[in-house]
Amino acid sequence: MKVMAQLGMVMNLDKCIGCHTCSVTCKQAWTNRAGVEYVWFNNVETRPGQGYPRRYQDQDRWRGGWVRNRRGRLTLRAGGRVHKLLSIFANPVLPNIRDYYEPWTYDYETLVDAPLGDDFPVAEPRSLLSGRPMSVEWSANWDDDLGGIPEQGELDPIVERIRRASEDKVRFEYEQAFMFYLPRICEHCLNPACVASCPSGAMYKRVEDGIVLVDQDRCRGWRMCVTGCPYKKIYFNHRTGKAEKCTFCYPRVEVGLPTVCSETCVGRLRYIGLFLYDADRVTEAASVEDEHDLYEAQLGVLLDPHDPAVVAAAHRDGIDPEWVEAAQRSPVHKLVVQYRVALPLHPEFRTMPMVWYVPPLSPVVDRLTETGHDGESAGNLFGAIDALRIPVDYLAELFTAGDPEPVTRVLRTLAAMRAFMRDVTLGREIDESIPASVGMGAEEIMEMYRLLAIAKYDERYVIPTAHVVEAHQLEEIGCSLDVDGGPGMGGPFGEASGRPAPVSVETFHALRDRQTSDTVADTSADRVNLLNWDGKGRPAGLFPPRDSR
Amino acid sequence: MTTRADGTGTDGPASDLLLRTGRFFTRRPTSPDLRAQYLDGGREGDVFYRDRWSHDKIVRSTHGVNCTGSCSWKVYVKDGIITWETQETDYPSVGPDSPEYEPRGCPRGAAFSWYTYSPTRIRYPYARGVLVEMYREAKARLGDPVLAWAEVTGDPDRRRRYQRARGKGGHVRVSWAEAVEIVAAAHVHTVRTHGPDRVVGFSPIPAMSMVSHAAGSRFVQLLGGVMTSFYDWYADLPVASPQVFGDQTDVPESGDWWNATYLLVWGSNVPVTRTPDAHWMAEARYKGQKVVVVSPDYSDATKFADQWLPAQPGTDGALAMAMGHVILREFFVDRKVRFFTDFVRRTTDLPFLVTLEQRDGAYVPGRFLTAADLGDTGEGAAWKTVVLDERTGEPVVPNGSLGFRHTDSGVGRWNLDLGEVVPRLSALGREAAEVLLPRFDSADAGVLRRGVPVRRVGGKLVTTVHDLMLAQYGVHRPGLPGRWPSGYDDADEPYTPAWQEALTSVPAAQAVRVARELATNSEESGGRSMIIMGAGICQWFHGDATYRAVLALLMLTGAMGRNGGGWAHYVGQEKCRPLTGWAAMASATDWQRPPRTMIGTAFWYTHTDQWRYDGYRADALASPLAGGLLAGMSTIDTIALSARLGWMPSYPQFDRNPLDLADEIGDADVGPAVVERLRDGRLRFAIDDPDAPENWPRCLTLWRANLLGSSAKGDEYFLRHLLGTHDNLRAAQTAPDRRPRDVAWRDGDPPEGKLDLLLALDFRMTSSTLLADVVFPAATWYEKHDLNTTDMHPFVHAFNPAIDPPFETRTDFDAFHAVARRFDELAAGHLGVRRDVVAVPLQHDTPGETAQPGGRVLDWRTGDCEPVPGRTMPGFTVVERDYTAIADKMASIGPLVDRLGLSTKGITYRPHEEIAELAHTNGVMLGGAGDGRPAIDTDARMAEAILALSATTNGRLAVQGFRELERRTGVRLADLAEGSEERRIRFADTQARPVPVITSPEWSGSETGGRRYAPFTVNVERGKPWHTLTGRMHFLLDHDWMHELGETLPIFRAPLDMHRLFGEPPVGTSEPGTSVAVRYLTPHSKWSIHSEYQDNLFMLSLSRGGPVVWMSPQDAAAAGVRDNDWVEAVNRNGVVVLRAIVSHRMPEGTVYVHHAQERVVNVPVSETTGRRGGIHNSATRILVKPTHLIGGYGQLSYAFNYLGPTGNQRDEVTVIRRRAQEVRYR
Repeated sequence: MKVMAQLGMVMNLDKCIGCHTCSVTCKQAWTNRAGVEYVWFNNVETRPGQGYPRRYQDQDRWRGGWVRNRRGRLTLRAGGRVHKLLSIFANPVLPNIRDYYEPWTYDYETLVDAPLGDDFPVAEPRSLLSGRPMSVEWSANWDDDLGGIPEQGELDPIVERIRRASEDKVRFEYEQAFMFYLPRICEHCLNPACVASCPSGAMYKRVEDGIVLVDQDRCRGWRMCVTGCPYKKIYFNHRTGKAEKCTFCYPRVEVGLPTVCSETCVGRLRYIGLFLYDADRVTEAASVEDEHDLYEAQLGVLLDPHDPAVVAAAHRDGIDPEWVEAAQRSPVHKLVVQYRVALPLHPEFRTMPMVWYVPPLSPVVDRLTETGHDGESAGNLFGAIDALRIPVDYLAELFTAGDPEPVTRVLRTLAAMRAFMRDVTLGREIDESIPASVGMGAEEIMEMYRLLAIAKYDERYVIPTAHVVEAHQLEEIGCSLDVDGGPGMGGPFGEASGRPAPVSVETFHALRDRQTSDTVADTSADRVNLLNWDGKGRPAGLFPPRDSR
Repeated sequence: MTTRADGTGTDGPASDLLLRTGRFFTRRPTSPDLRAQYLDGGREGDVFYRDRWSHDKIVRSTHGVNCTGSCSWKVYVKDGIITWETQETDYPSVGPDSPEYEPRGCPRGAAFSWYTYSPTRIRYPYARGVLVEMYREAKARLGDPVLAWAEVTGDPDRRRRYQRARGKGGHVRVSWAEAVEIVAAAHVHTVRTHGPDRVVGFSPIPAMSMVSHAAGSRFVQLLGGVMTSFYDWYADLPVASPQVFGDQTDVPESGDWWNATYLLVWGSNVPVTRTPDAHWMAEARYKGQKVVVVSPDYSDATKFADQWLPAQPGTDGALAMAMGHVILREFFVDRKVRFFTDFVRRTTDLPFLVTLEQRDGAYVPGRFLTAADLGDTGEGAAWKTVVLDERTGEPVVPNGSLGFRHTDSGVGRWNLDLGEVVPRLSALGREAAEVLLPRFDSADAGVLRRGVPVRRVGGKLVTTVHDLMLAQYGVHRPGLPGRWPSGYDDADEPYTPAWQEALTSVPAAQAVRVARELATNSEESGGRSMIIMGAGICQWFHGDATYRAVLALLMLTGAMGRNGGGWAHYVGQEKCRPLTGWAAMASATDWQRPPRTMIGTAFWYTHTDQWRYDGYRADALASPLAGGLLAGMSTIDTIALSARLGWMPSYPQFDRNPLDLADEIGDADVGPAVVERLRDGRLRFAIDDPDAPENWPRCLTLWRANLLGSSAKGDEYFLRHLLGTHDNLRAAQTAPDRRPRDVAWRDGDPPEGKLDLLLALDFRMTSSTLLADVVFPAATWYEKHDLNTTDMHPFVHAFNPAIDPPFETRTDFDAFHAVARRFDELAAGHLGVRRDVVAVPLQHDTPGETAQPGGRVLDWRTGDCEPVPGRTMPGFTVVERDYTAIADKMASIGPLVDRLGLSTKGITYRPHEEIAELAHTNGVMLGGAGDGRPAIDTDARMAEAILALSATTNGRLAVQGFRELERRTGVRLADLAEGSEERRIRFADTQARPVPVITSPEWSGSETGGRRYAPFTVNVERGKPWHTLTGRMHFLLDHDWMHELGETLPIFRAPLDMHRLFGEPPVGTSEPGTSVAVRYLTPHSKWSIHSEYQDNLFMLSLSRGGPVVWMSPQDAAAAGVRDNDWVEAVNRNGVVVLRAIVSHRMPEGTVYVHHAQERVVNVPVSETTGRRGGIHNSATRILVKPTHLIGGYGQLSYAFNYLGPTGNQRDEVTVIRRRAQEVRYR
């Protein structure tokens, strides 16, 4: 057993309102700059829908993730590593900009500058790539709130698959309308196909928390990672020629703050916490033959942080006690392992994704309500899983490689929680048989209720900060604000907000570090604010250089 | 090893070898199976993101106006540059067993910082080039800015030249000094020549940035100008609220949704329009709350429903009536639920007696029986309503009605204490009579005949409201005559479940089931059934009728005034929690009273000449049982009548400058002098001839507002008549036989270009700034101090400048002060000190609301009664104005606060201690008009004053107000605030963290003890009356005009028939493959808050990049439209050019053109007119409902934003036409 820690996220889709606040705050913080105009580290898809980029889930086309070969071994769908190395100068299978979308802006200046004419001035759309007038035909969120449309329904790969199985399971008609939202970030997989795809070794998984990153210094822009990621969550910066991706906001989580997308989630549906897992068993679990077994296999890799053997092994493997404790309090562990209400996205890609989803409930179809089921009965309204509008098959294709059983079980668990809690809320006698019907006790279902419904900030986010020291030291390293594509650059969303800015600003963290740390602060920084220089260290430029330096 | 004992592993031996030798080109720790590589330390490559995250400071602010979310935000600043924002999460806790308010926000707010440096940011003052040239030339010649303005605007040719250039570009950059001078000169000239009531300001939703609003409003009011209302104008005001509750709107905070155990979401798309609050709904479901959504489309909210009732647009009233039928049948007749009957006896008008009047061999409901009918001649007898005592069967006059509110004898008796009396709900027992009731469920209105039990009291035949309700709803009791439904499945008789199915398409069984569940839940939970009500049912012409039918469900089931229960109206409403302080600042009542406030809808309807395009007469909507009071009148006649009877305000008020009128009257008593002149025709109301040039408004200032790109229903009428520029208007003028009876119709074309000056303050280019003659560059919400509250949460929190206003921008506060200072300088030579005759209507919550007993329409002009100011007509007051001291007064708190106190909703607060304290906190002004008075010369100081002068933020005032209310009511109330008596919320507190407010008599609910705010809990729990005629919640409204419109009782009224009224094609008419006629609905968008953010690149990137129309596949097919095709929405009002989104979520026959899609971004030239396509409101127009004009009668009395005609826009239809797909933009 090799115990490793992994930061994971759970998103409760049942609470997602599809507002895209997460997308906007993420984009503002990370990708509102030239080269990544089209990039949304966090995006929200309306399902049914094609997604972003278009039909990314169709691996027959995009060749992402892993497949299990005839020998039972995992191989990248896009081709084994030898194949990849040999074809390194060939174009990998990549979505083109139209599969994402051609980013655009408008000639807003006209509104201010227009000379007197004979009609209202108007800001026309302009391509951000070519600068030429363009007609807006597709965006990162073109499907928004459509719930699939008759014209394009088949373009949702999930719908296509379900329809292949049975013609009329998903129909796009008013009476049967349904939709839900799927927010997506990088999955920070345990078995990341992107990392395996990278010929430069620029991609890595952080040892301490499993965050998958691109080393910007090493990336050579081969873009194999883009192909390798079946979720298409690695993007190519066309200005810098390097890959970029969701960083799990490591500058934030390192100091115990949740990711931007999580903290700004007004649906309060995101949870961040640690998993402990057995690194030795990942490959085995990702290689099980039957796709329907992948979900259970993935659960099997996750370790019980309360198990003394695991705790001992974690200690042996260098995991801080604080981290083990955080894993014990981890909301994601509870939702994924203990209550088993969160499911992985497309386990059949065999990457062992670490962002998990609670599938959504939905209104019952009218046929049921017409026949007068009793809404107050747990057995009917809150339990009428078969009558919900979102077909279980659709959810199963997303979360359990098509196996309806786990999805049905989760939906039943949510329904049981609601039925049970209604009795509690109304002060009626509680009915222990309700939680029992989904294999839970009354106390356990109430604990789950608290985590899902009350969901206090410090229960949603349990993030250990033990590795913060190194993070802080890094902050004083020479700043790259002014690199091409850095936030100093003008961009479509920054506009003038991104005017070239002075380098190496004093940050809160750096200041606090300087004033509270026992060690002498790193003096490699090229600027020091003397107003808060505490005498520690030797600011560059203040004294003549010494030989030793 | 990559190959494990069990045979699993990656790839094969060849790649293993390759990997082991080099791991491609790098040396990194790899997992034993070479699957992944890990990295520990040495991460210089990561520094880019770490640096990007770093920042210098975080500043708390929020977004003021537009949105009522009131979310506190962290604004990040790096190197003096605003970079981005994320939400604050430090709201005080709601408690251990509840979710919290953190984080509040939405994608729109998250994208706000884009505006700071965006290319659409207005960085400098601009003015219309044509105007500036003429002004400069005239000023150079005349040497006086005021004379220059007078000359340019006095010359019809020059005036039309710059008016015609409005909206067509050609702005030039000017200095602040020149921009301010032009504006000040225009105002001096207008006040002097046309009158101060020709100066108009429009700025909505003060709660969201009270100081920014009050700064400008204070300037307008000190001049004697007019602030037009917004809540009614936006059609967000549910007129049913004043009608039923006598309250503008008071609703639960969103945290109280958590306490509901049954939630009906009706016409509201909570995730989109209440984004930061939606989680409460999602979370309460886990507590066992059941959620039912009524919506014509499968909306975002429907995702959270357990059941979806797809009522077709505008038919919701039918569903509500049928649900009421079920509740009355099953819970009031078949089984009497004690919890419900106890509730309605005490808190509603159900037991009150109503007279019956003979009509066509039967009866119609008349008026509430009053003590006067019983022979009481004491004070207020005509306002004391009567019940039958269950114990004796005799009529008694219970406490609490309006007759106890303003009378000396009513002191201590204005309460809901019934003593020993048990009001009888029914008059049942002796005789019965048939009543005639109108119905409007088909094109030809009809009459129902249904029996009610009757009694004879005081010589009058009477019944109870309860009995009339059962008759109205068709709930039969044995022994009563008339025609009744045979059962729930009787589809012919209103208002059965089967009857509604044909109208709404909601299956009858579903309607029955939901009604039953709602009532059962109320019974079991003690009234914790809640209905979230939204614009989808509010913004219709007959939205008030629909609302009354929906509210009835809650009032009947004991669900009002409960935590977790009751109505939850969330339509653009706001809650300025520190109400008293804001109102004093904004209306400048600390210096002079009364302010001039105007009902927005009537103002725009009149001055954009929409009244000249009416297709119908006012009585086209009348009841078949109407007495003919509206016969022969057009809509503008009803507005004129309402003005001269003192019901509603009307400005400009007379056909001359009120300053000149004051001079003319001299020292004579103003009331008789005005009456005399009105009588003999020497003086006329301006509304009697609105197109006469002397009756036009002249200066309009917009700030915190984008009137012409957003709320302007009938935008093209605005462009043509108010502004005098080009337009896409296609309507024909009213046919001669439908023209006004009383109001003057000037032959020929109506005037074009009434406004001399349109001034706009904004930080971004909008339709309004494009049309404005002068544009002031405004500071954004991240660049100033201000205050923000909402009804969605109980906190008050601050705006703070993350950076100083960049470029040449200024805060609204500073801009208005600059104008005021220049105004004073220019006024010195032109105005000086003048006297102003101010006409004001009869006001709600004052004795004026008891001016017109019985709700009879008595027109003094036709001799129905004597003209008595303040009784049968407006009141008249003379106000002295020193036009050289406006700036001084703006910057200091005037003496009337200490001398007269500040009154809110009938309670007077006496903040003399606070004035003394503010003199220390803020300092005092030295010299000038404000010498020695507390300073409010900065935005932060005004914020401090607002907090000090309001009971929600000042515990001492809360207690004092409650004590005053205790004297009137005789019930204990002060304890609600006594625990907070020492609490003073200061501006610094709100800057540090959102602060919970104090329970105050300014509102009807209580936060005491940390409970969630729910409206009317004080009424229900303490027995404080509602501010209505009976003192209870009203099912029945007995004013003459309510009878005329057939809306005495809750009823279903169908959407207006635009085919019949205006000749638009019937819905569904199609020219196959080319066009289709559809309902044109304008719900709120996911990607904007009104017009704000719809031009924001983030929002445009996440949506379709420009204006869109959502339509069903069926309608799309009928018009030959495919997804993303360009189409045009064309009707008589104008043309909108849009791209189609085709979705089966949409019902057939209805399109959504989301609210406030402007013409500034990605709007091509229209194929229909060859001009730029319009805004969403280019296809709508104003339709005034006469019953909204009622005044002088109890709760149906005027107050600003409390009552007035709504600018409803949902009944409109349009033709969607596929157009050529090649578009051009110029």
